[in-house]
Amino acid sequence: MYPYDFVYRRARTIAEAEDLFNCFEEPAFLAGGHTLVPAMKNRLARPDALVDVRFIPDLHGISRSGGWLHVGAGSTHFQVSTSAEVISAIPALAGMAGTIADPQVRNLGTIGGSLANNDPAADYPSAVLGIGARIITSRRTIEADDYFQGLFSTALDPGEIVVRISFPIPEGAGYAKLCNKASRYAMAASFVSRVGSDVRVAITGSGKDGVFRWSEAEAALSKDFSADVLGAISPDEEGIASDIHGNATYRANLVIQMTRRAVRAIGGIDVR
Amino acid sequence: MTTFSLMVNGAHVSSSVQDRTLLVHLLRDELKLTGTHVGCDTTQCGACTVHLDGMAVKSCTVLAVAAQNSTVKTIEGLTGGDELHPMQISFNEKHALQCGFCTPGMVMAAVSIVERHQGHITEEVVREELEGNMCRCTGYQNIVDAVLHAAEGFRIRGNW
Repeated sequence: MYPYDFVYRRARTIAEAEDLFNCFEEPAFLAGGHTLVPAMKNRLARPDALVDVRFIPDLHGISRSGGWLHVGAGSTHFQVSTSAEVISAIPALAGMAGTIADPQVRNLGTIGGSLANNDPAADYPSAVLGIGARIITSRRTIEADDYFQGLFSTALDPGEIVVRISFPIPEGAGYAKLCNKASRYAMAASFVSRVGSDVRVAITGSGKDGVFRWSEAEAALSKDFSADVLGAISPDEEGIASDIHGNATYRANLVIQMTRRAVRAIGGIDVR
Repeated sequence: MTTFSLMVNGAHVSSSVQDRTLLVHLLRDELKLTGTHVGCDTTQCGACTVHLDGMAVKSCTVLAVAAQNSTVKTIEGLTGGDELHPMQISFNEKHALQCGFCTPGMVMAAVSIVERHQGHITEEVVREELEGNMCRCTGYQNIVDAVLHAAEGFRIRGNW
């Protein structure tokens, strides 16, 4: 048993989870636990209590109503990747979920957990920002544009629980990712969606501050929705991360190439 | 410390362990089911793969207490007796192990893959879906052959 000592509590309702959270000094919510538990095993995180929200019925279920796809925050990556509702409404979202980590991780990791964590190389933030989804929490509704606030930071307040994510169903969406060959996390990935001439492009894996919208590409694609228009523009390297796996110039080029591939992949994914 | 119960390999188990105990340590240290291995600290190697409520998971990344009221199947429970499971026979026939340390996790992951696809898998699918299992001997070729061989049998019989 590698983690520091802590207390485990299982919540059956959202209200109970919030009440339990308030009983401790440094609690954390546990969903799939596939970021939190490894962090605790390596003693990089030390909550004094874990409030398990995995079994709260209100956090589950995937449904479609009108032009919206609603995905419960407790949905696993496996459930999203195999859901008939998701596959028919936003195939790129289902395809993307099927490329996260490996099958065992996808069987437990959740969309809500991924969004609450906001890892700069995670996949889901790009889909949520690239589609312009709404994050429905235990207290309010947060627009994707207001939700992501830098590395591992979100608009969530302490004790606030992501309940579901509502995606406006776009006319088309595509996702392209180049994986780091060892970790399989994104070196760069682009999620592109389109409604009429309104285009959104969200990049993950490359931003110094985590996921971001590439507004120049959005403007160019809004005028001419073609991979070719991306030859003439490039993201500002000031905002691009540089590390042992690739410098900012290399990653900026990947951002262009991944966005090109995402446009060509509309209706699906291109992950290598 | 929490007292809870769960099903392990078809048997009802009552357990009382610290909340920080990982499922793999409950299995190995308390229940003495040492077929499930620990090969890393980082949720990458897959040697600890078991089936939790029918899904392949890494038992090093599940809290034992979070598995309360769940059903767990380990490599020891694959057939429930001394007989080998068809996947184990296939690993034997295709010489799909060298040191054998990753084998329990490989087998548990492979059984899950074949069942999920009802035996209809290609080499590409096997390689992609075994991404969460590492073989430090790098004996992947024979492992892939073994999974495909076992899948063929499943496909012909419509079951194991």
